[in-house]
Amino acid sequence: MSGLSRSKSPMGALVGVAVMAVGVIAPFFLSRYQIGLATQILIFGMLAMSIDILVGFTGRTSLGHGAIFGASTYVVLYCVTQAGLSPYLAVVLGIATATVLAAVFALLAVRTNGVYFLLLTLALGMIVWGICLRWTQVTGGENGLRGDIRPKALADYKDFYWFILALAALVTFGIRRFVQSPFGLTLRGIRDSDSRMRSLGYNVPLHLFIGFTMSGFFAGVAGAVYAFFNNFVSPSTVALTQSVESLLMAIIGGVGTLYGSFIGASALIALQNLVSSHTERWQSVLGITFTLIMIFAPEGIVGKFRALRAKYASKH
Amino acid sequence: MLEVKDLHSFYGAAHVLHGASLQVAPGEVVALLGRNGMGKTTLIRSIMGLTPPTVKQGEVVWKGEAITRMKPHDIANKKIAIVPQGRRLFSSLTVTEHLTMFKSARATEGWTIDRIFSTFTRLGERRHHRGNQLSGGERGMLAVARALMQDPELILMDEPSEGLAPVMVQHLEGVIAELGRTGLGILLVEQNLYSALAVASRVYIMETGKVVHSATSEELAKDEGAVQRWLGVHG
Repeated sequence: MSGLSRSKSPMGALVGVAVMAVGVIAPFFLSRYQIGLATQILIFGMLAMSIDILVGFTGRTSLGHGAIFGASTYVVLYCVTQAGLSPYLAVVLGIATATVLAAVFALLAVRTNGVYFLLLTLALGMIVWGICLRWTQVTGGENGLRGDIRPKALADYKDFYWFILALAALVTFGIRRFVQSPFGLTLRGIRDSDSRMRSLGYNVPLHLFIGFTMSGFFAGVAGAVYAFFNNFVSPSTVALTQSVESLLMAIIGGVGTLYGSFIGASALIALQNLVSSHTERWQSVLGITFTLIMIFAPEGIVGKFRALRAKYASKH
Repeated sequence: MLEVKDLHSFYGAAHVLHGASLQVAPGEVVALLGRNGMGKTTLIRSIMGLTPPTVKQGEVVWKGEAITRMKPHDIANKKIAIVPQGRRLFSSLTVTEHLTMFKSARATEGWTIDRIFSTFTRLGERRHHRGNQLSGGERGMLAVARALMQDPELILMDEPSEGLAPVMVQHLEGVIAELGRTGLGILLVEQNLYSALAVASRVYIMETGKVVHSATSEELAKDEGAVQRWLGVHG
């Protein structure tokens, strides 16, 4: 697992600026459909990055983040379509709900690790899915909730894309600062060894609780804006598949790399859309592709790139 | 002031500490000597609240307050730091990251990154190296430096010179002696008698879970009988 160095690299900053510049001008060259895909990639990139806080920087693999993300989406859609609240207030409530839900998950999960953490987060996610499926008066059951809830200021698909791009940059900056802070370093210490951190006098469960809750907050941000993007939510948004796909995005991009989450989200969403337009057996193609990535680049795409760059640098 | 009174600690059913007692005054460097398996590390772990072992009897008092059975993080908050046996560094963190885990690199109070790098110049040169890229001596220095970043009033050092080359041991002795002069209390677990005598003002010797001998360093240096009897060292 690679860590995120605190050292400021001029090349890294240059690449960041170039990527942002390409992102900003992209709507002038892309079709509406492609801009929609790019928006989706940014939203799921944020979700995958929130998972990376746990997987890459804390050493805890969560299968409950789809539920946290989807809960935020549900609350935003419910608040606007059923309760008649302003979309902006609904976003705040959606993020707050996701954060509280993550805190509850964290309270139950922080004393576990490894496969037990995985299974516990999976079970908690399943409970949320069950509630969304059965609490039909509020969640609409299998039919879900639907409504054109996007604020007027973001009604245009290009404006919405730019808004999501700016938000993704802000979230990336926030998560980067978080994982590089002294507190973030303690999470990396916990990832390396719980017992070592305990013996140095750290309150490991408290640090895990805060790390999980912060991760849930960022997943909630992604979930809230997903409500604006999709204008629809159903139990499939909080289902296990959502958690697994988001985790896959983080893994394909490279856990512990942060930016890899956007690469992973691009790979998964682009493949899903491209391959499914050519063959009905697109899921098999996806499966084979990911198997090959895991065999030849188990550290993920960004992780592999960094490893090759380090190898090249050591030779020259 | 640290006072350990009649401490009994157990690993499961195994009774390891049989009423260990000692004291460390503020700003005093005290060495805890003894052969392998005599309970020195168990005593350090018991003081720090680490489990195992389980403390079943006795008391640890720090500045007048009983801290027995407190959680390690609560004890650490009371300005007691530990340099654990084997250093226990993190292979994925750089030297700077090990240090800034406790305190922001921009901090100006107490021990700062700059102060650490001027005390341990070698660490400054290796600031971007990861824990698993350091030599034994550098690892030892980093473990001590990491404890200092907590701005402790007392450091429990569990064999910091273990496995180090003689030149590094000498350097570490110099650092420990210097820290002692700054008013920092140090309880130093050592197997190396001469290292301990070089830096400590007082010495305790442990034998089968008990402190069996206490003396000033000067007294112990002259007491060949005690040295031979408790430590198996021929002067």
